[in-house]
Amino acid sequence: MIPQRFEYSAPKTLDEALGLLAEGAKPLAGGMSLIPMMKLRLAAPEHLVDLGRIKDLSYIREQGGSIHIGATATHHDVESSALLRGKCPLLAETASHIGDVQVRNMGTIGGSVAHADPSADYPAALQALEAKLVLKGVKSERTVSAEEFFVDTFTTALEPGEIVREVIVPVDGDGTGTSYQKVLQPASGFAIVGIAARVRKSGEKITLVRIGVTGLANRAFRATAAEKSLEGKTGSAAEVQAAAAVVAQGVEANSDLHASADYRKHLAVVYAVKALNAALSRIA
Amino acid sequence: MNESITVTINGTAYTHDVEPRLLLIHYLREVVGLTGPHIGCETSLCGACTVELNGKAVKSCSMFAIQANGAKILTVEGMAADGKLHKIQEAFWNEHGLQCGFCTPGMIMVTKQILERNPNPNEQEIRHGLDGNLCRCTGYQHIVNAVKAAARAAGA
Ligand SMILES: Cc1cc2nc3c(=O)[nH]c(=O)nc-3n(C[C@H](O)[C@H](O)[C@H](O)COP(=O)(O)OP(=O)(O)OC[C@H]3O[C@@H](n4cnc5c(N)ncnc54)[C@H](O)[C@@H]3O)c2cc1C
Ligand code: FES
Ligand code: FES
Repeated sequence: MIPQRFEYSAPKTLDEALGLLAEGAKPLAGGMSLIPMMKLRLAAPEHLVDLGRIKDLSYIREQGGSIHIGATATHHDVESSALLRGKCPLLAETASHIGDVQVRNMGTIGGSVAHADPSADYPAALQALEAKLVLKGVKSERTVSAEEFFVDTFTTALEPGEIVREVIVPVDGDGTGTSYQKVLQPASGFAIVGIAARVRKSGEKITLVRIGVTGLANRAFRATAAEKSLEGKTGSAAEVQAAAAVVAQGVEANSDLHASADYRKHLAVVYAVKALNAALSRIA
Repeated sequence: MNESITVTINGTAYTHDVEPRLLLIHYLREVVGLTGPHIGCETSLCGACTVELNGKAVKSCSMFAIQANGAKILTVEGMAADGKLHKIQEAFWNEHGLQCGFCTPGMIMVTKQILERNPNPNEQEIRHGLDGNLCRCTGYQHIVNAVKAAARAAGA
């Protein structure tokens, strides 16, 4: 399985890389999605720009109450980051569910979100966290929400020549619990359905609920009807069940050889209950 | 256009001109002549091609040799030293962690990574760590036992 010929550049600065991308080159990050596609000749870029040698693009740092994650931070960097485990455990937990050890050693957060596989894990967490993504081109830099970024299957808000420069996630204060629960496709590890839940309580009352869903539809989305149903409640078993019951409402569900649309919707309800209960139990 | 790369493999430095599209596994097996890393699936799923690159276990069928330019690579050939098997290899031998042996080079290299990150893994952590490596023979139980034995041997 040999890909088509291509030209390869490995710039050391972001500006150099952006210059090449503006001329039509394609970014290569961890290669964990792109290289398998090139081997199958589903992708045949003429010029690859390796982002792996750009200095200071794999940072994970706290800045002004948020955590900024550079595009080339690997899934392993994210799952093992003490900062994220302490202050944004949902993202670290989600990263630990991606693929396998070797894939997590190479694959990057920028590559995963840019690829926008409808079964990828990060998008569920990024929706639940209301994450922001910084997109950079030669002359432009803009910030978009996860909601705006994930447009459709393998389609994002990225313009030609733009890269995902960083992902910004919030630091949740006390009183917040989170969880990511996934039914995995046993061969690839991708999510048949994955639910990221983030719940905040003040006293006995739930003040914030965010539910990110991946695998179910053409893009990861927030289940806003389910969120609203639980806000203001205490989180009893019946209330959680009622909220989960509407996560897949009105959704045009994916169907493939691993799971039919109806089965996916059923799984979404069951895993929403799991994720919400786990999140509630983790509220400190 | 070919480009020159230099890599250090099992302690020896190599310089070669390679085509950018040459996969690392093909470079290791066909250019350098190290046939320890195996090609099982060639689609990034089986882990038989796993090698260590700058301290990280990677599937060498899913990266280009040129991405490894300047890197330190360890293959299964570099595990034994002075004619003595590495403790992980010994554990696989003692625990019958292999039958046909096709998956073994990858299993050994990923076990090294698992134990470096977590010297005392429990059964579930071991199985999670072996997620990316398939074995068609053993049914995994003896491999899990081998990882446990290797952990004990390293602690001893
Ligand atoms: C065996 C296996 C199992 C997997 N299992 C899972 C799983 O369970 N869950 C999951 O979510 N994923 C899974 N993946 C996919 C994995 O997470 C990839 O790492 C990820 O999808 C792509 O990231 P990458 O860094 O490897 O990007 P690449 O493969 O290098 O690039 C992917 C795409 O994004 C573009 N790109 C890369 N970086 C940027 C950037 N910064 N800005 C703009 N465009 C960019 C590239 O041009 C390309 O089009 C699996 C992959 C494999 C091989
Ligand atoms: S040959 Fe590389 S993962 Fe199977
Ligand atoms: S021992 Fe034969 S594939 Fe594992």
